[in-house]
Amino acid sequence: MNIYAIRAIYKFEMARTARTLMQSILAPVLSTTLYFVVFGSAIGSRIDEVGGVSYGAFIVPGLVMLSLLTQSVTNAAFGIYFPKFTGTIFEHLSAPVSFLEIVIAYVGAAATKSVILGVIILATATLFVPLRIEHPLWMVTFLVLTAVTFSMFGFIIGIWADGFEKLQIVPLLIITPLTFLGGSFYSIDMLPPFWQKVTLFNPVVYLISGFRWSFYGIADVSVTISLIMTALFLIVCLAAIWWIFKTGWRLKS
Amino acid sequence: MPAYQSFLSGCHPHPMSNVLSVSGLSKTYESGFQALKNIDLEIEKGELFALLGPNGAGKTTLIGIICGIVNPTSGTVTVDGHDIISDYRAARSKIGLVPQELSTDAFETVWATVSFSRGLFGKKPDPAHLERVLRDLSLWEKRDSKIITLSGGMKRRVLIAKALSHEPEILFLDEPTAGVDVELRRDMWRLISSLRETGVTVILTTHYIEEAEEMADRVGVINHGEIVLVEEKQELMRKLGRKQLRLCLQHPLDAVPESLASYELELSADGSYLTYTYETAQNRKGITSLLHDLTEAGIRFSDIETRESTLEEIFVSLVHEAA
Repeated sequence: MNIYAIRAIYKFEMARTARTLMQSILAPVLSTTLYFVVFGSAIGSRIDEVGGVSYGAFIVPGLVMLSLLTQSVTNAAFGIYFPKFTGTIFEHLSAPVSFLEIVIAYVGAAATKSVILGVIILATATLFVPLRIEHPLWMVTFLVLTAVTFSMFGFIIGIWADGFEKLQIVPLLIITPLTFLGGSFYSIDMLPPFWQKVTLFNPVVYLISGFRWSFYGIADVSVTISLIMTALFLIVCLAAIWWIFKTGWRLKS
Repeated sequence: MPAYQSFLSGCHPHPMSNVLSVSGLSKTYESGFQALKNIDLEIEKGELFALLGPNGAGKTTLIGIICGIVNPTSGTVTVDGHDIISDYRAARSKIGLVPQELSTDAFETVWATVSFSRGLFGKKPDPAHLERVLRDLSLWEKRDSKIITLSGGMKRRVLIAKALSHEPEILFLDEPTAGVDVELRRDMWRLISSLRETGVTVILTTHYIEEAEEMADRVGVINHGEIVLVEEKQELMRKLGRKQLRLCLQHPLDAVPESLASYELELSADGSYLTYTYETAQNRKGITSLLHDLTEAGIRFSDIETRESTLEEIFVSLVHEAA
């Protein structure tokens, strides 16, 4: 294992985060705060409790997930896309590093940033709503697992993208709608029966449901299924990255 | 057996060990373009090898495959005995690559970027080594500068520093002086020559013949994806070099006399010069008899001048032959 390489890339990525603190931390915190104000306080005060939890508190896990997913994908995608764009990727390709080491470093850095962000958003939420976390250990597990999985997904997007537009398309057109429709702002059983079934094809439902369960002990789907689905997605992403580095798809000619 | 191998074995009484071995290497891009056709090449430890070729000849593709940036279509490459695919870790850790494009990070400092490269190649931090490298490249004063603030020549040095940061045994320099002004080019040559003295094997590609002529021990010429020849520079110039003897005539001639036809002399347009071209390698008695025959024909000359062909002329004639 080339530990020095993992450390070098990780450090590089974290330094990049530090340089873009406004964009990478402050902007998502601000937008989440706006959601709290609009949905949590203004509209939320007119909505009944959901499963014994006030609406403002109910949407907290969903909002954290919303930021976690979009930021993980965007951040990891940008991290690997940029060396491709500037041409510095030649150094990664010519270095004695395995695909796993590159993934650990890039995904590790992107996930670290997402988790920090998630924690900051949670802290911000406590300013607006009373928060309780019934299963803190599971909360952390879901947080980390989701950050890692979607950073991997973002890493794939970054390799796939051959322009800045493609880099934006997936987070904007896929991740955001799936998260909004994945139960960030409502419980699935608020939907008509047909749409409840359709929603089950949305992988984000399982993440948000599991994550919310760790807070309030209420879930749309069973926690075990949530965990299995997340792990499954993680394995699929890992396999895809393994294939990418094996064939050099979009990396080598 | 390729000609260069027999030449090698004939030239060195104690054959040197090969640090890089390319055999049967071909590359066809997805577009169908065949960039390399069955390349064989052996590089000796510690030599400075210049790979010459016109633009698009396959130089960068060849380096790209050896360094792991381009997938080969067929053939094998071993670096110090390690296969570049099955044993890529061992192979790549011995190689430093300075690419042709000035691909650098923009916002990193010089120090951060060389530290990054060292780490990426799995070497434990060694500030003393990095300081040496930066001082050798006159980058030490710039160590805290962001790369984006540096000039093109400085960026080139940063790329060399990055490649040297992990103490490679083989250094690839892809067009190291492309787009570099004359003074800096001289600087770069001095630098590259000094690198070789540290025992590093240097392989550089160039289309500046002067560069190869100035520095290389051996020269390989690549054209249309094929190695046209590999030869020691001196030997190449001796074997393929031509000499010209120019005779300044006392009285201009209208035509070359019949009696001198066998020498294939060229008469200048105004009839005041005769030029005789001969191969350096062949026996030179021709000159004596030519001068004798000229006197016989009653031609008097006021001055004699000889000149040797440069590597550039050799290169141009080779590339044209192959085309």
